[in-house]
Amino acid sequence: MAPLLEVQDLTTRFYTLDGIVHAVNGISYTVEEGDTLGIVGESGCGKSVSVLSVMGLIPEPPGKIAAGQVLYKGQDLLQLDRKQMERIRGKEIAMVFQDPMTSLNPVLTIGRQISESLIVHLGMGQEEARRRSVELLDMVGIPQAVDRYSDYPHQFSGGMRQRAMIAMALACSPNIFIADEPTTALDVTIQAQIIDLVKTLRDQLGMAVIWITHDLGIIAGLAEKVLVMYAGFFVERGSVDDIYGDPRHPYTLALLKSVPRVDRTSKERLAVISGLPPDLLGLPPGCPFAPRCTYAVEQCRKENPCLEPIGFGHEIACWVDVTTGRER
Amino acid sequence: MTRYIIRRLLQTIPLLLIISVILFVLANKMGDPLASFGGRRRIRSGDRERLTRKLGLDKPILVQYAIWLVGNDWMKVDIDGDGILDEYGTRKGVLRGDFGKSFMEKRPVLEIIKERVSNTLILMLTCEVVILIFSLLIGIYSALRQYSTLDYVFTAFSFIGYSMPIFWLALILMYIFAVNFKQWGLPYFPTIGMYDLAVGRTVGQITWHMVLPVATISIMSVAGYSRYVRSQMLEVISQDYIRTAYAKGLPERMVIMGHALKNAALPLVTIVGMDLPLLLSGAVVTESIFAWPGMGRLFWSAAQDTDIPVLMGILVIISALVVIFQIITDITYTFLDPRIRYD
Amino acid sequence: MTTTEVTWEFFEEQIERPPLTPAQVAWRRFRRHKMALVGVGLLIAIFLYVTVGAFFYSEADANRTDLSITLSPPSPDHPLGTDGTGRCILARTIYGGQISVLIGLFAVIVSVTVGVLIGAISGYYGGHIDAILMRFTEAMFNIPQLFLLILLAKFLSGKIPTFKLLGRSFSGSVIVIIGVIGLTSWMYLARIVRANFLSLKEQEFVTAARCIGSRNFSIIFEHILPNSVAPIVVAATLGVASAIINEAYVSFLGLGVQPPTATWGNMLDQAYHHLDSEPWMWFFPGMLILLTVLGINFVGDGLRDALDPRALTQTE
Repeated sequence: MAPLLEVQDLTTRFYTLDGIVHAVNGISYTVEEGDTLGIVGESGCGKSVSVLSVMGLIPEPPGKIAAGQVLYKGQDLLQLDRKQMERIRGKEIAMVFQDPMTSLNPVLTIGRQISESLIVHLGMGQEEARRRSVELLDMVGIPQAVDRYSDYPHQFSGGMRQRAMIAMALACSPNIFIADEPTTALDVTIQAQIIDLVKTLRDQLGMAVIWITHDLGIIAGLAEKVLVMYAGFFVERGSVDDIYGDPRHPYTLALLKSVPRVDRTSKERLAVISGLPPDLLGLPPGCPFAPRCTYAVEQCRKENPCLEPIGFGHEIACWVDVTTGRER
Repeated sequence: MTRYIIRRLLQTIPLLLIISVILFVLANKMGDPLASFGGRRRIRSGDRERLTRKLGLDKPILVQYAIWLVGNDWMKVDIDGDGILDEYGTRKGVLRGDFGKSFMEKRPVLEIIKERVSNTLILMLTCEVVILIFSLLIGIYSALRQYSTLDYVFTAFSFIGYSMPIFWLALILMYIFAVNFKQWGLPYFPTIGMYDLAVGRTVGQITWHMVLPVATISIMSVAGYSRYVRSQMLEVISQDYIRTAYAKGLPERMVIMGHALKNAALPLVTIVGMDLPLLLSGAVVTESIFAWPGMGRLFWSAAQDTDIPVLMGILVIISALVVIFQIITDITYTFLDPRIRYD
Repeated sequence: MTTTEVTWEFFEEQIERPPLTPAQVAWRRFRRHKMALVGVGLLIAIFLYVTVGAFFYSEADANRTDLSITLSPPSPDHPLGTDGTGRCILARTIYGGQISVLIGLFAVIVSVTVGVLIGAISGYYGGHIDAILMRFTEAMFNIPQLFLLILLAKFLSGKIPTFKLLGRSFSGSVIVIIGVIGLTSWMYLARIVRANFLSLKEQEFVTAARCIGSRNFSIIFEHILPNSVAPIVVAATLGVASAIINEAYVSFLGLGVQPPTATWGNMLDQAYHHLDSEPWMWFFPGMLILLTVLGINFVGDGLRDALDPRALTQTE
């Protein structure tokens, strides 16, 4: 079965007054129908930029998709013109963003913002779109959906707003649902509700989900396949069990170690990753993680490793075997 | 909502009072209020005293302020200085439209102003419409096509237009479109007055005569506001909700018209509403240059003649208008922005 | 767009690079603004014109009337022509420029002083003082400036005599105009400064200053005010432009600086009656005003971007 989405060697750069920012550096992955993919990494590692590139939402100056292909159902999205891309966005591939307050237009009603997609993509009339929007609001768990249709974003709480955003995204039953840190701006309890909501909808509608976050905990309960990203590169790829049960990249290890755990004694110090986050304006030669890596060897500073398989479906980009010493 | 309007209206009362105090102090210090009663003959000293008392000008300043506001025709005045109250005063007070009599024309100020107000309004309203249309068009285009050639051209024009003294622009326009057009045998624009006396006060005449003055005032304002619209649009376009709109696959026109514009236009309402004092200031100079018989020109000639009552009358009316316009603008803004509406 | 050669050592150095001060950040951003640099160029050119020009033409030249050559067009003797009484327009624009610019600068000094004082006191003390001052400010703000200018100029004219300063004689009306423009332009700045103070006084560094016993005066001027410098600088710069234009308006209407002292504004007044026949009389002074104000606006725009508080919090 051909994959639904196939990203090959995607490279995105930003040309700024201070220099060229290498945001995404040749990443590749595939998404099959019904997959749940998680992309994990710290802030600024390029995960948002990578999916924005897929959606064609990178502003062309100063950004530029320098290389790569994004094949959706066999068609390269990067080659499409504006009108063609507009037909795909919102209808086949949909996205929700991090901050629901700023991501919703404050002067338009929630209902209108949902109906728009239905009218534009599915050709519905006003009344029909209205009815369907109310159904959607109901489906995402907003009580009194009929009344809430004509309310404005500021009249909703944070969790409700995010639910409304999800309703907006799912309006046309897309095949791929991309969530860019949708719960980062919400409290933990609401977070859990939203994640459950997405899981339920995913099972109901059978869509593929790409979930982006810096929170390892979320991925553990949600994703099947995981990609760990650092400085615009993928450093480890595998199933959830691989990543959490048998992490092999030094960065993944460090991430997992730095998560505070309830069952640790309070005597132990919180582990941190030493050093500073990478400056995407001037990446050092070699592996981008090398300056902060406790396993780094001479080779790491000279050459950037590629993703190589070390198990079934489990790949890492590293010169070192963390269980022993040198690999290559 | 109504509560908000009422609250707003109540807030302006102290404001208007303070403005009136400032203007009153100015009026008081600036000249001799009895000058309009002189005429050719010199006033006999006895007459002068009687008039002074009749108009309440001998009272302490606070009382004078009160009289200025509400007049003294409802109270008895001691005219001949003997301590016995004789007749009622003759002033009606500013609140009832009595601004005194013009020094020059010996007519009630309000009458003179009324004749001119409509002329200024015709000019102002036309300007506002022209300004709005062009500012929006240029501003939106510049924002959408940032860094394009036309954007640079517009920006350059904006800066230049906005840095010019208005009368210099008027002179240039006059020189090119009136004087030189005439010399070159082209149809030329008139530069004086509102209509040709020979033809009369027709719509055609007024429109033809309006072209240069409106162009002068509008070019300057459009220069400023198109930049403002541009920066507002740019800011709005960079907002997250615009990105969401694009992410939903909405076509560009719909994103700009339906989503961006509504947000960018909100502050424009405030600005346009507050534009009134500037437009009026511009009117003084423009009307004077083009001999347009409006309030601006009246102010200028009154200033030249030191016709205090007229000057004060215009100032009070204009200040009141500005305040009222501000309230209207605030209320309109509240209507348009749903976030405020439900507070 | 630059690409740098990134070796390992260079990379380590970069991590150790010290952060820039806000002033340095602002200067860098200003430098990038092409228009602002053009503005600076314009202003320098104008400045040279009115100062160096004074070495070529004396003040007497500017005021000397010669009825035999009235209203003559530009010629080698008088490159910008002569006016209605035969005075050399070039010389007059030089000396007129000095006055116009001086008026602009001093008027801004007045309005900034008044505006900052009122804004700071209002914002810092709050309460009744704030209410009263702000009502007053708003009231003044609502009276259109030009009208006030005309009135005050008329009222105060003739009250101050001519005086000599630095080898030039100035009509007393210059002082009047400076005062009048200054006293009608402070309101905008007062509002901004007040808003700034309102937000800044809640910040922790103020509380800290109070804890160590700083007195109010010191807090206002040494702690809070330096933090509000950015909008004041921008407003002051743009204020000079506005003051020059206001002077031009008032002089054009005949109520500003009185002849024979020339300013760009009153030169335009005299030119009004010679509109079609002698365009050089109004074209050049007006053009000079345009260039000066344009230069100031460019610089002000660049300053506004350079000093944008949002930009200052980013690391560069």
